[in-house]
Amino acid sequence: MDSALNTGDTAWMLTAAAMVLLMIPGLAFFYGGMVRSKSVLNMLMMVMGALFIVGVLWVLFGYSMTFGTSMGGLIGNPTEFFGLESLMADDPESTLPIMAFVAFQGMFACLTVGLIAGAIPDRTKFNGWLIFGGIWAILVYFPVAHWVWASGGWIFEMGVIDFAGGTAVHINAGAAALALAIVIGKRAGWPRTPMRPHNLTLVMIGAGLLWFGWFGFNAGSALAANNTSAVVFLNTFAATCAAAIGWLVVEKLRDGHMTTLGAASGIVAGLVAITPACSAVSPVGALIVGVLAGVICALAVSLKYRFGYDDSLDVVGVHLVGGLLGTLLIGFLATDLAPAGVNGLFYGGGVEQLGKQAIGAFSVMAYSFVVALLIGLILKAAGIMRISRDDELSGIDLAEHAESAYELGDSGGGGHFVGVGAGSVRRDREEI
Amino acid sequence: MKLVTAIIKPFKLEDVKNALEAIGVRGMTVSESSGFGRQGGHTEVYRGAEYTVDLVPKVRLEVLIDSDRLDEVLDVITKAAHTGKIGDGKVWVTPVEEVIRVRTGERGPDAL
Repeated sequence: MDSALNTGDTAWMLTAAAMVLLMIPGLAFFYGGMVRSKSVLNMLMMVMGALFIVGVLWVLFGYSMTFGTSMGGLIGNPTEFFGLESLMADDPESTLPIMAFVAFQGMFACLTVGLIAGAIPDRTKFNGWLIFGGIWAILVYFPVAHWVWASGGWIFEMGVIDFAGGTAVHINAGAAALALAIVIGKRAGWPRTPMRPHNLTLVMIGAGLLWFGWFGFNAGSALAANNTSAVVFLNTFAATCAAAIGWLVVEKLRDGHMTTLGAASGIVAGLVAITPACSAVSPVGALIVGVLAGVICALAVSLKYRFGYDDSLDVVGVHLVGGLLGTLLIGFLATDLAPAGVNGLFYGGGVEQLGKQAIGAFSVMAYSFVVALLIGLILKAAGIMRISRDDELSGIDLAEHAESAYELGDSGGGGHFVGVGAGSVRRDREEI
Repeated sequence: MKLVTAIIKPFKLEDVKNALEAIGVRGMTVSESSGFGRQGGHTEVYRGAEYTVDLVPKVRLEVLIDSDRLDEVLDVITKAAHTGKIGDGKVWVTPVEEVIRVRTGERGPDAL
């Protein structure tokens, strides 16, 4: 039997999916290095935990909710591909096995939820976070990804360009992060107490892994190994270099020094901003998107001090602002020479595309913010959102995970072996 | 017997250690520490947020010596740790009642 399968496309998509997966530990390191040493493990676990939970939901019904037959443009049919069993059979007419697409898109869902964690480190109950992440994925990510990417989704049908997730991923996660930072409240002592990043080398390792994985994220979104994926790859590279420069120049002029954290942050800001636009702009357009993202995000991260919300690792300043910027800049910088084939305002395309982009972006922002706020408030009322002040001050790693990240001495902490499973025994004894 | 404690600039450790060894001091305890005196701290900037860091990294060096060597040891430490700039540190002396070498059980000046 002849098969239409394109082995090049298939190999690239499986590779790209694995690259997006690598972004998740990359994100965990990026965030983990920025928190204090007493909460780095919890930070890693929040990001990895989102991967575990959302990965399971994706297999069960998340894919179906996102890419199932559209019900009114709002949501895919959740039972259509329940459990993915019906997608295993080889389709000889398909160039790409559907499971490669399912896997690739699943990584996006996991990463998006993980992004939110950067707003609320040091102080969030781990089980509360996992519950939030699961509910938010079901109520927000799956529907929004359907709106933006699925055939029949209302934003998709409107003609909004979001190539790899400026709206569905970054605006979406950034708005939820803002809501959660408000619901959960500031870290004890913020902003007076110094909360310096405990390991900037880890931050840069994370930024490097993110950048590498992002080539899979963006170029993989072409869903083929073709010219579009190559153009997107190059644009992703160009914007990121320019963004790092933009961020560093702001720092040099404002603070007097170019910092490592600034470079790592500029990298991520550039990646975020080019994500929606990478198929719609020229390489020079990508440089412009990048440098603007670096400059504007470097300025935006200071907003939290003015408005008094503790978005601890700047998910709002980098992902929401960067996502909005990239999504809206399509309206100005899109050129029909690029694979998306649309002209923005600066290329004689009028304001039509800009209007569509704005409607898509702000709809997702408002929806995600409101629903995240409601989920957060309910979980907070149930008492499963925030750890006690004492636990927060002594360190969430110990309180939530019974571990310490760094054992630098050789004294064994001055303790002794208690027994296997002794934790539960001791708890029982204390309760008696 | 005396315990001499010196807080010095970290990069001066090598000089002080060599100078003490040269006059026959046979051991010392060194720990990394931090603190502040008249030398100010510094400023660090993270994503535009400025923090003052008041505690300056120092090395804390402790030497147990026989009382009759006190002046010599103090002199050597002070000279070796000196740069003349603010933040050179402090040296102080505390009396010690007893010293025991764990391996042999020797006590007093024999244990030094």
